[in-house]
Amino acid sequence: MHSFFDSMVPGSSFFDLLRQCRSDLLPQIQIKLDGLSQAEIRELKQSPHGTTILALKFRDGALIAGDRQATEGFQVSSRRIEKVYKADEHSAVAIAGVAGPCIEMAKLFEVELAHYEKLEGVPLSLEGKANKLSQMVKANLPMAMQGLVVIPIFVGYDVRSGEGKIFKYDVTGGRYEETDYYATGSGGKDARSTMKKLYRDRMTEDEAIAVGLEALIDAAEEDVGTGGPDFVRGLFPTVKLAAAAGLQDVPEARIREVCQAIIDRRKLAERGV
Amino acid sequence: MALPYYVSPEQMMQDKAEYARKGIARGKSIIVLEYADGMLLLAENPSASLNKISEIYDRIAFAGAGRYSEFENLRKAGIRYADLKGFAYDREDVTAKSLANAYSQTIGNIFSEAMKPLEVEILVVEVADGALPNELYRITFDGSIGDEKGFAAIGGQAEELRLYLKDRYQAGLDQKAALRLATQALEAVSSAKIEPRSLEVAVLERSRSGRKFRRLPQDDLTTMLTDTQ
Repeated sequence: MHSFFDSMVPGSSFFDLLRQCRSDLLPQIQIKLDGLSQAEIRELKQSPHGTTILALKFRDGALIAGDRQATEGFQVSSRRIEKVYKADEHSAVAIAGVAGPCIEMAKLFEVELAHYEKLEGVPLSLEGKANKLSQMVKANLPMAMQGLVVIPIFVGYDVRSGEGKIFKYDVTGGRYEETDYYATGSGGKDARSTMKKLYRDRMTEDEAIAVGLEALIDAAEEDVGTGGPDFVRGLFPTVKLAAAAGLQDVPEARIREVCQAIIDRRKLAERGV
Repeated sequence: MALPYYVSPEQMMQDKAEYARKGIARGKSIIVLEYADGMLLLAENPSASLNKISEIYDRIAFAGAGRYSEFENLRKAGIRYADLKGFAYDREDVTAKSLANAYSQTIGNIFSEAMKPLEVEILVVEVADGALPNELYRITFDGSIGDEKGFAAIGGQAEELRLYLKDRYQAGLDQKAALRLATQALEAVSSAKIEPRSLEVAVLERSRSGRKFRRLPQDDLTTMLTDTQ
């Protein structure tokens, strides 16, 4: 039959379709380090990195956030990079690691979910989406072994059980559900310490945003790879909320306000007021 | 050895066309209407799960009449085509025109080469961004493609529906008026009352961000249709 049908593959996965029909478009290029000089290998490993990304649950769902900075070695390569992506109506993914593959994986994941939904007429379950992402991280393993690591956090609102959920991943595609909060990336440990102290069960949306931003500000203070709120350029972390009404961006004005409040409070504390 | 037989190409094409037309005529019809803020697609469809109308891409929708398994395959091929193209280039580069051409090629080749032609008629619709005109392509069983303005109909009673809509369609209808007109057209040609639950309706809404396709839920249909009476 005609070429329009040649692209027919069984199943509803865009990732599989790409692998079969257009493997040149797959994010994971096999890079052979053997042929490269020391300088080239260093260059490759220094390609722009993120970051701090985090997620936490609150009363009505789950929050996901990330800073905006990418670094190349000791240099800032971008101050306004996006690390948190809408995956579909009810879920979002944040990605830490080498910027190029991260952005591509987020884009591919979004297409993957919409592709399945269009072909099947129903969206994937939240667990199904989390599994799919796990397979994509696993497929990236050869690249990760060469230093091009991609580590996501996935959050979504599970329409069936009526709650927000957080999934973290390791470099092999291992998938683990987190019950309360999680952070990863270069400043992840600092963000986790903050959330450990401030996290409470069933926080309101406002409280969750405040805790998430406080954790990101702490990460930015301790970790050179993480950018803090930038009042001069008007750049603030990205925060998205997955709740029953769908995935929502927290408006920049609101994030700015909360960041300002945190910093004002810290200034007062420093002066001993 | 089997005896070679001769059928003239004209005769073969005529037979195939007649076969395909008969198959399509058994099916129910589908209407597409342009309205002020988008496009409305309406099908008479008693099944709640087997859809005749579907989303293909951000601004593009698909409707198929005739044999379900055949237009379902076309629908899936269209989604794969669009998603691959959008991923390789950019979401903006996926257009109804290129998709309609791909469909036209495929269906046309099957019509001329395969023993059995496809018993389908399909519509590919794209809601435009801003002031640009919407696009509305109708592709028939032999692969011929036509672009329509304002409204289009496919399926069993397509001809009657087109005649009905030709006199009554106006540009700039609102969504409710478009739904009402499309339902009236179906009722007029089948001369029977049509229940909202046997309708499948979807819209491409220009004002939506991202994916423009939205199915109108049964409850909304019932309220919208009873309101007008």
